[in-house]
Amino acid sequence: MTIYLPIAELPVNIFVLLAMGIAVGFISGMFGVGGGFLMTPLLIFLGVAPAVAVGSVSTHMAASSFSGTLNYARRKQVDLALGAVLLAGGLTGTLAGVVVFGVLRRLGQLDLVIAASYITLLGTIGMLMVVESLNAIRRSRNGAPAHLRRPGTHPWFLGLPFKMRFRTSRIYVSVLPVVAIGFLIGFLGALMGIGGGFMLVPALIYLLRVPTLLSVGTSLLLTLVTMVAAVLMHAVLNHTVDAVLGLVLMVGGTIGSQFGARAGQSMRAEHLRLLLGLLVLMVGARVAVDQALPPAEPYVISIGAVGG
Amino acid sequence: MRAAWVAVLLGVLSAGPVAAEEMVLSLSKARIDITSSFTGEPVVLFGVIEAPGTPLPHYDVVVTVRGPAQPFTTWRKERVLGLWVNVDRRAFVEAPSYLAVLSSRPTPEMAEVDTLRQEQIGLRENRLLQRLGSDYADVVQNDPFRQAFLRVKQAQGLYYENTEGVSFLNPLVFRATIPIPGTAPVGRYEVVVKLLADGTVLRRGTVALDVGRTDFEQAVATAAREHAWLYGLGTALLALAVGLLGNLAFRRD
Repeated sequence: MTIYLPIAELPVNIFVLLAMGIAVGFISGMFGVGGGFLMTPLLIFLGVAPAVAVGSVSTHMAASSFSGTLNYARRKQVDLALGAVLLAGGLTGTLAGVVVFGVLRRLGQLDLVIAASYITLLGTIGMLMVVESLNAIRRSRNGAPAHLRRPGTHPWFLGLPFKMRFRTSRIYVSVLPVVAIGFLIGFLGALMGIGGGFMLVPALIYLLRVPTLLSVGTSLLLTLVTMVAAVLMHAVLNHTVDAVLGLVLMVGGTIGSQFGARAGQSMRAEHLRLLLGLLVLMVGARVAVDQALPPAEPYVISIGAVGG
Repeated sequence: MRAAWVAVLLGVLSAGPVAAEEMVLSLSKARIDITSSFTGEPVVLFGVIEAPGTPLPHYDVVVTVRGPAQPFTTWRKERVLGLWVNVDRRAFVEAPSYLAVLSSRPTPEMAEVDTLRQEQIGLRENRLLQRLGSDYADVVQNDPFRQAFLRVKQAQGLYYENTEGVSFLNPLVFRATIPIPGTAPVGRYEVVVKLLADGTVLRRGTVALDVGRTDFEQAVATAAREHAWLYGLGTALLALAVGLLGNLAFRRD
């Protein structure tokens, strides 16, 4: 059964869309990532224009992350104070990212920067997560206690001025690195067209020493707010939000994220981190392979005039 | 439908000899409605030729369908430090968003190269205005960007050429089936029909075809464009509602 998408201006199979929504929703609920880094390429593969894909995925991520946030909030695994400080940096970063996005597009080098960012970021973060979680799994196998929270061995940047106590996460750190992380996530998210959850979760875990499940919950909250802002921005500035496409993805995504969240709760934290690390590595490798192999068609056409 | 056409045909034939060829054109429908289940639809063009007398020459017919013009950018990828990246581009300032060329036989056989180019007969002969430095012009046919543009558009199903797409039902009545794909852009399409004999264009005719969304699809598209803030807020609220509903529906604890 096909359905016509009024903004994307093309017919697609509704069951394919639903299945994509459920699959990405499951992953998003399980790991607390928005899923944009998976969904956007899938939609482009279906023939949706990249701009419409990015705009419509934001609605799906807003629905999915709201549902996920509620789950974690009910279990008191969302740190509102930490989320607010991250958001202050995040929204500034998003604005900066949108500006740089425009400059790079005018220079015609946006594709290169996006591909290089994907490969570098996903490769590095995925590798770090896999190595760390494998170490953690080995430690717990050997019966040794986990050493994630070591009092007195905080890295230097957590001791900067403007220290603040985040009671829910049980950390007492300077707000400077928190705002900086938020800024970086917002900046890269706007530049790469993704929510940034898969970068935020490890940043909270490894840099700020926030417990894994709290990191996931707080990251979902941040994704929710930035994605609602993104829906508005794309709708008003670019007219590229397809509500019909978004609705189908949302319905699938919401169902998927419920099962994902439950699967995530029942898993050991280090196993969860290992799986997410492998997934991130796989997507990074996929982008690298796509960029390194000679394309079947060395020319691409984009709608609209670009630069001079 | 058929009876109507026979009547038109008889009327034309009984009108007696005329000074030069005349042509009557009609589309099976003047408007294509894009509904929620739209996956593409063919439109049939009928044409009747009024000949000035016998003997009849061998007629050739070319039907060119052009969708609304749009600007495009064609990028060329090249290997840089092991990665394939866009290194070069060409702006196609004005090109048809949809282009179908249907003919009664291969267009190069119909007339001299100059005539084909002048009259834009054949997919390759259609003018594609490009920006070259500070100039606006079309380029030679074997220009790699131009060739790539036609190749990619054909692969997308938006450009189409069929050298057997026009069939003669009798020497003076022809029919062509225009395939409108599901991805066809909305707007007014121009259907240009050219009648040739012995390498010269005898007659040109144009009919319009409208491709438009219906009710719900149109309402969504209009809202997105004209009430962007409301549309954005509505979509965001919809997202939150779906998220909340899903969460409550699946709540077990």
